[in-house]
Amino acid sequence: MSAKAEIEIIEEYCKGCSICVEFCPTKVLEMDAFVVKVANADACIACNQCELRCPDFAIKVHKL
Amino acid sequence: MAYDYEKSIRPGKLPHIWCPGCGHGIVMKGLIRAMDTCGLEKNNTAIVSGIGCASRLPGYMDFNTLHTAHGRAAAFATGIKMVKPEMTVICCGGDGDGTAIGGNHFIHACRRNIDMTYVIMNNYIYGMTGGQFSPCTPTGMKASTTPYGNPDPIFDISKLAIGAGATFVARTTSFHATQIDKLIAEGIKHKGMSVIEVLDDCPTSYGRRNKFRSVVDMMKRLKEVAVPVAAAAKMTDEQLEGKVLTGVLFKEERAEYTDQYAKLIARVQGA
Amino acid sequence: MAKKVALLQGNSACALGAIYAGCKFFGGYPITPSTEVAEVMSEELPKVGGKFIQMEDEIGAMASVIGASLAGSKSLTATSGPGVSLKQELIGYACIAEVPCVIINVMRGGPSTGMPTGPGQSDVMQARWGTHGDHAAIAVCPESCQEIFTETVRAFNLAEKYRMPVQVLYDEIVGHMRERIVFPEPGELEIIDRAAPTCSPEEYKPYDAKSDTDVPPLAVFGSEYRFHVTGLNKAADGFPTTKANLVAFEERRQIAKVECPEARADIESNEEYLTEDAEVVIFAYGSSARSARYAVNKMRAEGIKAGLFRPITIWPFPEKRVAELGKQVNSMVVVEMNLGQMIFEVERIVKNDCKLAGVFRVDGDPINPGEIMAKVKEVL
Repeated sequence: MSAKAEIEIIEEYCKGCSICVEFCPTKVLEMDAFVVKVANADACIACNQCELRCPDFAIKVHKL
Repeated sequence: MAYDYEKSIRPGKLPHIWCPGCGHGIVMKGLIRAMDTCGLEKNNTAIVSGIGCASRLPGYMDFNTLHTAHGRAAAFATGIKMVKPEMTVICCGGDGDGTAIGGNHFIHACRRNIDMTYVIMNNYIYGMTGGQFSPCTPTGMKASTTPYGNPDPIFDISKLAIGAGATFVARTTSFHATQIDKLIAEGIKHKGMSVIEVLDDCPTSYGRRNKFRSVVDMMKRLKEVAVPVAAAAKMTDEQLEGKVLTGVLFKEERAEYTDQYAKLIARVQGA
Repeated sequence: MAKKVALLQGNSACALGAIYAGCKFFGGYPITPSTEVAEVMSEELPKVGGKFIQMEDEIGAMASVIGASLAGSKSLTATSGPGVSLKQELIGYACIAEVPCVIINVMRGGPSTGMPTGPGQSDVMQARWGTHGDHAAIAVCPESCQEIFTETVRAFNLAEKYRMPVQVLYDEIVGHMRERIVFPEPGELEIIDRAAPTCSPEEYKPYDAKSDTDVPPLAVFGSEYRFHVTGLNKAADGFPTTKANLVAFEERRQIAKVECPEARADIESNEEYLTEDAEVVIFAYGSSARSARYAVNKMRAEGIKAGLFRPITIWPFPEKRVAELGKQVNSMVVVEMNLGQMIFEVERIVKNDCKLAGVFRVDGDPINPGEIMAKVKEVL
């Protein structure tokens, strides 16, 4: 499987709420010391749910 | 490319002041997308708020922005809209700001059917002052001033808006992110008073006291309680117990206030 | 060509003065004894393309006025003391956000509902201090229908020039009294409009003061100058700050812009009647000054060297002139329809330079010349 999008994390905006991690349908994201990181990039289906629900403008989903 | 929110945000203003998991950021993103959809011109748009967490929203937005006093957003906005009917006027704020201290201004703006879009972020608590109960805190729930559970019944904001005369009333939640911008955009396009109630979550002041383990739990609850109006029509009262209707709850065409005043001026000047 | 003349109530004169000043928005709420101002505005504003709205309450009225002013309209509200009590919240907002607007207070007694149809002058300290926090105040106090017209025009000028709320206080007697008014021709009275920014929209900062007494230009919502307005303490760019030096600078500047000597000289307006050789000066304002003038004439006929000092601008207080008079006269008598408010200001300024007494009345009847003369004779 190859990634459908590239996920950009703006670390200085992330407050570590983990909404993106929990609602990602393919478990692409993971928490790492209160900041989100891309753990499983290939699984991304470009659904954009993480970007839409990130309250902190910290995630950008660039469709490939 | 990812959606460009920054083009609507004042440079250097992020990160915002809201707590981790606070739903207001999700609503702000929805508002930005909606304003973009409607092609609103920055100079010709005013965003007006009251006081509270949600009322900090305008400060981030690169438009004409007015952070007023507690509860007064709709009344300030009325003055702007009267003088400049050609401007798009958007109000935003929280449940306590809009329906307690600002309740009178809110219902009368609805009654006049003045062309504004009021986005009311209902997180059922006074967040900024540390979690006191609001007119929207569900009965029995804990707040810093209801340590034994809230004895008060609640305001249903959308019903209040419909009853007061708003001509476009819709509701969604911060879980339903794409619906936020669709409904706000429809509200902006609607000529008259539009109220969009967005249920969102305050994990810091409400969640902690009411045994939600995380904001994710709170958002899952929003997902569970939300029932689209079309689906609700096929459900029994029993099935609807504890549910919240979402989508466009009310829409009608009625004479808009500043239009009526423009006609009054024409009539007086023609006489 | 002869000037237009009419027999008008003070409240009507106020409304027509506002129209003359270029007022294009009125947001109000009915309250005795000011309601006729709203009634006349509701009739006159549409004729000049202006907007009138009766709001849901006094606070809403004040809010609409500030919103309308930010959208570029000269804006007015009219009320009485109980209404000002409610408006105080947003009078403070207009002070800190520096939004020009004019508030008419047709004074009745109080506290609370008091005597709605009776006159009073008990809101003069409310006009100075009525809102929380430190702030400057400009208030004028006309004594006749003609002067209500011209002082309403001047109130708009001061609001626009100093970018702040200005109050016009007159009591129920003048508000409801009918007198002959001679209308000034268009252009006869000076009309001041707020300074507009001359910098580029990118450079514009709504509180970018050039000195510690400066009044920065105010842009208009809907123009190419986008800006942010808040009731929080803010920096020059209009955004909230808690930086001590910025907060202190702004707080002090917003007071100094009104109370610096240049501004005081510009804002101050007094009438002096036979004060030159006076041994006793009666300090009176508004309708009480009319009784005082009559008393002065009677006493002069009796050989008493009496004079009248009538501040038309009551805030800022005419400190310099009152201090000079205090040194000149044997005694001062303060006449006011309250239980002694401005007398504290007079006392603060004259200290022990002369004898000081007051004639106070709060029973709904005006102060008559006999009472004033009796007091003067007692203290002389």
